[in-house]
Amino acid sequence: MKIIKLLSKTGTFAENKDVAREIRIENITPILEKNEEITLDFEGVDSATQSFIHALISELIRSFGNEIVENIYFKNCNKNVQNIINIVVEYMQAAT
Amino acid sequence: MKIHIPNSAFLGNIDPFLRNFDTSNPEMLEITANKQWISIHPMVIAMIAALGLSLEFEKIKCETMEARSKHYLKRMGLFDFLKIDSGIEIIEHESAGRFIPLQQITNSEKLTEFITDVVPLLHLEPKHAEPIRYILSELMRNVFEHAESKIGVIMCAQYYKKSNTIRIGIVDRGVGIQKTISALHKAKTDLEAIKLALTPGITGTTKRIGGTDYNAGAGLFFIKSIATVNKDFFVIYSGKGMYKLLKASSEKGIRLHSDPFKDKYSSGENFPYWQGTTVGIDINLDSTEEFSLLLNHIRQTYSKAVKEQRKVYYKAKFI
Repeated sequence: MKIIKLLSKTGTFAENKDVAREIRIENITPILEKNEEITLDFEGVDSATQSFIHALISELIRSFGNEIVENIYFKNCNKNVQNIINIVVEYMQAAT
Repeated sequence: MKIHIPNSAFLGNIDPFLRNFDTSNPEMLEITANKQWISIHPMVIAMIAALGLSLEFEKIKCETMEARSKHYLKRMGLFDFLKIDSGIEIIEHESAGRFIPLQQITNSEKLTEFITDVVPLLHLEPKHAEPIRYILSELMRNVFEHAESKIGVIMCAQYYKKSNTIRIGIVDRGVGIQKTISALHKAKTDLEAIKLALTPGITGTTKRIGGTDYNAGAGLFFIKSIATVNKDFFVIYSGKGMYKLLKASSEKGIRLHSDPFKDKYSSGENFPYWQGTTVGIDINLDSTEEFSLLLNHIRQTYSKAVKEQRKVYYKAKFI
C-alpha cells in the first residue's frame, strides 16, 4: 500500500489548502484511480484546518463515491485531526 | 473619510465607533483621536491601517496625538502603516507574549510563514494556541480566496492580562461579502450576505452542497462556533452590514446553530459603508474549551445542517 507522509509537505499545522490540493492531485488521486489503497500518515502533524482536510479529500469522495473512504487509511492522527477528518467525511457523504 | 479614535472601542461597544466613521470624500483620510486616553480593539487599529494603506500618504491627515496612551498606537505600528511621523518616541520592548503588531500579508505562502513564525511568539499553551492559529489561518485564507483585496489582509492582536483574553482584528479592503455571496445566492443586503456566509455549507464559489474541491463554505461557521463555545465576542462587518455574536450566559449549556440569527447576537444594516470585510474576535483563555471537545460540537451541528439543506427543494412558481 502506498503511504504518503504529510509532515514534510504541510508542517506541524496543516492549513495551506493549496498544498492539500496539490497532494490530492499529484499523490492521492493517481493511486485511487488504480483502485489501490492509500495511507495518509499524519505523524508529527499537530493540527489541521477543516479547509485543509476538505481540499485534501472532499473531491475524492465526490468523484469516486462514498465507498472510496474504504480505500483511504488515516494514520497517526491525534484526536483533533481525527475529529476534523470525521467532520469532512461525514458532511461530504451527507452532501453526495 | 474621517475616522475618530475614541476613548474606548472594543467589540462590546464597537457600534458607536463604526457609526461615526465618515465615508464622504474617499480620496482623503482625516484621523482624530480622544485627547485623554485611547483604549481600542486591534480590529480598530487594523481598520485604520487598512484605510491608510489604500491612500497615498499625502492624502492622510492625522492630528497630533495627545492621549497618554498614544504610545500604544506607535508600538502597534500604526503610524508606520500610515507613513506618518507621529513624533512619538518609544523604547521598543519585546512584543513576545503580549501582542502581534500590525501585519500586512499578501499571499498564501506569507500566511503560512506568519502562522509558523509569529503565532508561537504569543507564548500560548497548546490548548490556547490551537484555536487561535486556526482562526487566523481560516480568516486570512478567506481573504486571499474571495476578497480580491489589493492590500491583502491586515491583522494585529493583543493579549490583555487582566481579562486573560486575546483580541484579534483582521481586515481587508476587497469586494466585500455581498459581492462574493451574490454571485450564486440571493442576498439583497450586506447583512443577508453575512448571514449566508456564516451558514455552514454556503459558499460564494458554488451552489452545490458540500462545496467545491477547494471550498466547503464552512470556515466562518467554524470561527463563529469557536467563539460561541468559548462564549466570546465575534464581529463581522462588511459593506453596510454588521453582525455581532454576543457573549452567551455562562450558566447556559452550549448550543451551536447553523442559522446565525438563532444565536445571541446583534446586527445592523445601515452602518457606514466599509469597502471589504472587517472581523474582530476575542478569545478568553480562561474559558477556552479543549479544541477536541469543541470539534465534537461542530461535528454534530455541521452534518445535521448539510442534511437539512438537502431537504430544501425548489418550489413551482405559479404566476
